[in-house]
Amino acid sequence: MAFIEFNHVGFAYPNGFSAVEDVDFQIEKGENIAIVGQNGAGKTTTVKMMNGLLKPTSGTVIIDGKDTRNFTTAALSRKAGYVFQNPDDQIFHNTVRQEIEFGPHVLGYDKEKVKELTEYSAKLAGLSDEMEENPYNLPLSIRKFVTIASVVAMDTDIIILDEPTAGQDIRGIATLQDMIRELKQKGKTIITITHDMEFVVNNFDKVFVMAHKNLLKITNPKEVFSDSALLDESMLKRPYISELVLQLGLPKNIISRKELVDYICAPV
Amino acid sequence: MPYIDLKNVTYTYPLVKEPCIKDISVSIEKGKFYAIVGANGSGKTTLCNIIRGFIPGFYQGEIEGTVELEGKSLEEYTLGELTSKIGYVFQNPFNQITGARDNVYEEIAYGLENLGVEVPTIRKKVEEVMELTNTAYLADKNPFELSGGQQQRVAFASVLALEPDIFVIDEPTSQLDPKETERVFDIIDKMKKMGKTIILVEHKIELIAEYADDIIALEDGRVVKFGEKHDVLSDLSLIEKGIDLPQTVLLADELRKMGIPAKEKIITKQEMIGQLKQIMGK
Repeated sequence: MAFIEFNHVGFAYPNGFSAVEDVDFQIEKGENIAIVGQNGAGKTTTVKMMNGLLKPTSGTVIIDGKDTRNFTTAALSRKAGYVFQNPDDQIFHNTVRQEIEFGPHVLGYDKEKVKELTEYSAKLAGLSDEMEENPYNLPLSIRKFVTIASVVAMDTDIIILDEPTAGQDIRGIATLQDMIRELKQKGKTIITITHDMEFVVNNFDKVFVMAHKNLLKITNPKEVFSDSALLDESMLKRPYISELVLQLGLPKNIISRKELVDYICAPV
Repeated sequence: MPYIDLKNVTYTYPLVKEPCIKDISVSIEKGKFYAIVGANGSGKTTLCNIIRGFIPGFYQGEIEGTVELEGKSLEEYTLGELTSKIGYVFQNPFNQITGARDNVYEEIAYGLENLGVEVPTIRKKVEEVMELTNTAYLADKNPFELSGGQQQRVAFASVLALEPDIFVIDEPTSQLDPKETERVFDIIDKMKKMGKTIILVEHKIELIAEYADDIIALEDGRVVKFGEKHDVLSDLSLIEKGIDLPQTVLLADELRKMGIPAKEKIITKQEMIGQLKQIMGK
């Protein structure tokens, strides 16, 4: 049995609005996945079903052998940590330290362990110098790191990041990349929603393409960005280099700067 | 005479020791599109707030130097005069939408109503800006039930309706998907063609390279580079200052390192396509 299993999953809100129709996939432990697609494609609804914030209205979601409908969100949060898209939906403490400590504390870790987890995830998120600061004195892009650190501190097997790249500058993106690399090495399963296609190319091997409330394709960055029909249907933007390559009529499997430089420099 | 003129501006927020803006002198010409770039925390939003006269007035704190609009110090303008000249679009449209009206049409009309503009004129202007921002189909919807991108376009429309000459726009696309981001840049481009002066904070450097005229690059509260976009965005030293550069500039640099004579100052896609065709002998 796979670590995360979605069996023909649908979700409709109580008012009848359907956000996800029929999504079916398996994710193995330690896999890292980017979920891409336009706003309204069903990405956030899908990941919120992974930690029980939402329960499917059709089909089943199985996390580490547990059907999410039989467990509370609190119980599922020990397995899967979700970082909200908007940090202000998540933050409720007066200092960065309290905010990060909250998760491991509630999970029942002893004082020493809470401290260790808090300091480790703060360091990873580049927040070690901001621990006594009120999160709302920090810019939005840094508040996002506060929320990421809060979830990393819970030491869950699954970490879900909802648009972590939004509004980040190049240093923020570099910190995110370092974090993901380290968490990968620790065997975490990382699931990231993002609109930043360069970020997908640089950090993920597996890509879920979503559109019209469904999962269109499970693939890899090379295939996504060389499949024009898929890109059109999901209304995805190509990475910048792919756009250049397309307009120049070069091989479509070139998606990064390095590949383009190698192609141009290769002896004919 | 410069349109907006900042001379030796230094600003410190209340209760902090170090200035957030340090000795900035920048002259802004009418009708041009300026992009402010810099790492988070480098002072971009604060600079916007100084230009629109919100600092020091609203935030208090200590300001040195002078800020002039059309040769007159900002302090000599009333708040009403300033808001009719300078429009401001927030990073998060949720903060801009008034909540006082329950449909998009009235939301866009709200500012004009408060100015006591006559109804037929309001209708004409609202319809004009709805056309410009592609929001007419949302007219009857509740602004709070729109997607983030739709809300951002309504926010642009409500500011455009007031017909300011200058637009200060703070990271309007940071929470939007690529399609909505393109729509926002399309609106900004139309505004530029209407002769508006635009001051935009934005991280998406390839879009800045395509659309802006001049760039103000900030690091730690100081202007580290200011000028025509080709000159600023091809300066590789900006990367160490936390400022992203267009893929074209990095690509040309990597090609040069491999011994291929790529030109400097290639910042737009079309420029790069021309260059690559030349290199590959097409």
